[in-house]
Amino acid sequence: MTTTDPATTNDAPVTRPTATRRPRRRPRGSAITGLAAWAVGFTFVLPVLWMALTSLHTEADAGAGRPQVFASLTFANYSDFFSGGGADPWPPIINSATAAILSTLLVLVLAVPAAYALSVKPIEKWTDVMFFFLSTKMLPMVAGLLPVYLIAQKTGLLDNITFLILIYTAMNLPIAVWMMRSFLAEIPPALFEAAEIDGAGLVTILRKIVVPLSAPGMAATALICFIFSWNELLFAKSLTGTVAGTAPVFLTSFVTSQGLFLAQVSAAAIVVSLPVLIAGFAAQDKLVQGLSLGAVK
Amino acid sequence: MTTVTEQPNARTSSSSGGPGDRPTVSGGSGRGSGGGAAWLRRAPLLPALLFTIVMTQLPFLATLVISFMHYQAYAPDSHGFAGFSNFKAVFQSADLRSSALTTVYLTVTVVLVSLVLGMGIALLLNRSFFGRGIVRTMIITPFLVVPVAAALFFKHGIFNPSSGLINGVISWVWGLFGDTTPPAPDWLSQFPLLSVELQLIWQWTPFMTLILLAGLQSRSHDVLEAAAVDGAGPWRTFASITLPHMRQYLELAGLLGSIYVVQNFDSVFTITSGSLGTANLPYTVYTTVFNAQDYGLASAQGVIVVIASIGIATLALRTVFSLFQPEGAR
Repeated sequence: MTTTDPATTNDAPVTRPTATRRPRRRPRGSAITGLAAWAVGFTFVLPVLWMALTSLHTEADAGAGRPQVFASLTFANYSDFFSGGGADPWPPIINSATAAILSTLLVLVLAVPAAYALSVKPIEKWTDVMFFFLSTKMLPMVAGLLPVYLIAQKTGLLDNITFLILIYTAMNLPIAVWMMRSFLAEIPPALFEAAEIDGAGLVTILRKIVVPLSAPGMAATALICFIFSWNELLFAKSLTGTVAGTAPVFLTSFVTSQGLFLAQVSAAAIVVSLPVLIAGFAAQDKLVQGLSLGAVK
Repeated sequence: MTTVTEQPNARTSSSSGGPGDRPTVSGGSGRGSGGGAAWLRRAPLLPALLFTIVMTQLPFLATLVISFMHYQAYAPDSHGFAGFSNFKAVFQSADLRSSALTTVYLTVTVVLVSLVLGMGIALLLNRSFFGRGIVRTMIITPFLVVPVAAALFFKHGIFNPSSGLINGVISWVWGLFGDTTPPAPDWLSQFPLLSVELQLIWQWTPFMTLILLAGLQSRSHDVLEAAAVDGAGPWRTFASITLPHMRQYLELAGLLGSIYVVQNFDSVFTITSGSLGTANLPYTVYTTVFNAQDYGLASAQGVIVVIASIGIATLALRTVFSLFQPEGAR
């Protein structure tokens, strides 16, 4: 089908470098590969592009039936969203930010020392501990919904963001332990030995070696925990109400709306997704590691 | 929130030192204050471990206990031992049986289609072409939209019979041929489950793609080169080298995808609100807790979901373990 002969794409240099980790050469694709890839990419991004475009249209253009690609653009939906007649979106956005940021910090505070004990100076049966952490992510969270709800109710923490922070910390801690362990395992052991000979304690080692050297890994871990917390709906919907409701809970108020409001919905969806899009693009290279719970690098 | 009791890693503890490349600290065998030193090593782990045990194991124990109780929010004083009556009620209810079937059907469809699409896209992305990085980012984007937001937009902006993109495009294409009465199916009421599946496939294909692409890129370059030297064509290379190598990545992507999709609540809640046969088990548990407020029944449902998931979870743990071994042994 293509004109490229497979043999010509493999004319490797005659003298191969002897280093085992030489830069990988990707198989060169034909023009058809490129076109197909662009077409697939466009198909996948289309709903998001359409959502962004619709959010900049008037309700009349958005609900016109035939796609109004070149309709005039307006920011009215965004200004309506933030200061229109509807519910104020700021409290839920601030709640989401609070829950996501504080739970992510708590996750890192717990996960970094744990990862240290599981990689640098591994304790006995450290793989068992790793797989215990992983197994907590394997079974449906919904099975714990009722007891968690009842506990929140009995302790007066219903509709309280603190409780949600604890839930999200538990939800993300196993992922963070797995990710941080693989980042810490990349630090040369000699550094830790030298620090110990110099009499550095655990806190000093964590502060002076672990944190600076694993900073990029910590950042990626933090971004991924942030995304998962920001996205969570089931527990937020169950445990919060008018006070501590998060941005996804706020969005569910649009589920049953009627009439001309598609542009408004699109603007709301874009605003709520923006932090995740930014965090996700920033963590793109480590995304697969977080999504596979650390199993794939 | 809960854990599997059976772990596939029992063999490591017996093997010498496990897959780690650094010596393991043995419990009490140190000199002098060995026990104390061992606890000092464990100390950094303990906060995370205790927190996880309390937050994930205790709720499940509570669910297990409540599943054997009569416990209705409306009648808070009439708690009592219920035996297996909650479980019996789960199995006797046609709604619950259908939500179990829906869960299986939804999960299998979404995971298989996303896997096949993901594999194809990963093979494309593994080649070099103009703008490869941009296309990769475009493919990832669906995964970076808040799931509720995506589901909400699919409901109103894609599937809606009058303002949705699908019918809009149909009407535009039909209009090109001068047809003024294009078909305008009401996707959400005519194909409710398909609508949910389409949104989920769109959302989960990037996940599969990323894992499978990582797998493709971890193929040994020397083996590929050797195959090329030996005259293996693209198809032969794919069937004899790529597929066997990809097996564990396909398994991992499929199993992790299943774990996530089984739990899906956002799409079912947002797109169809569980109506027209789209209610899956998580949605049903949610409505049993908050609408029916039958806590005993909801707990029995939760226990059944967990038991059903243990199979997938065990397989998934085993796959992660097999990927983890070579990494640790390096």
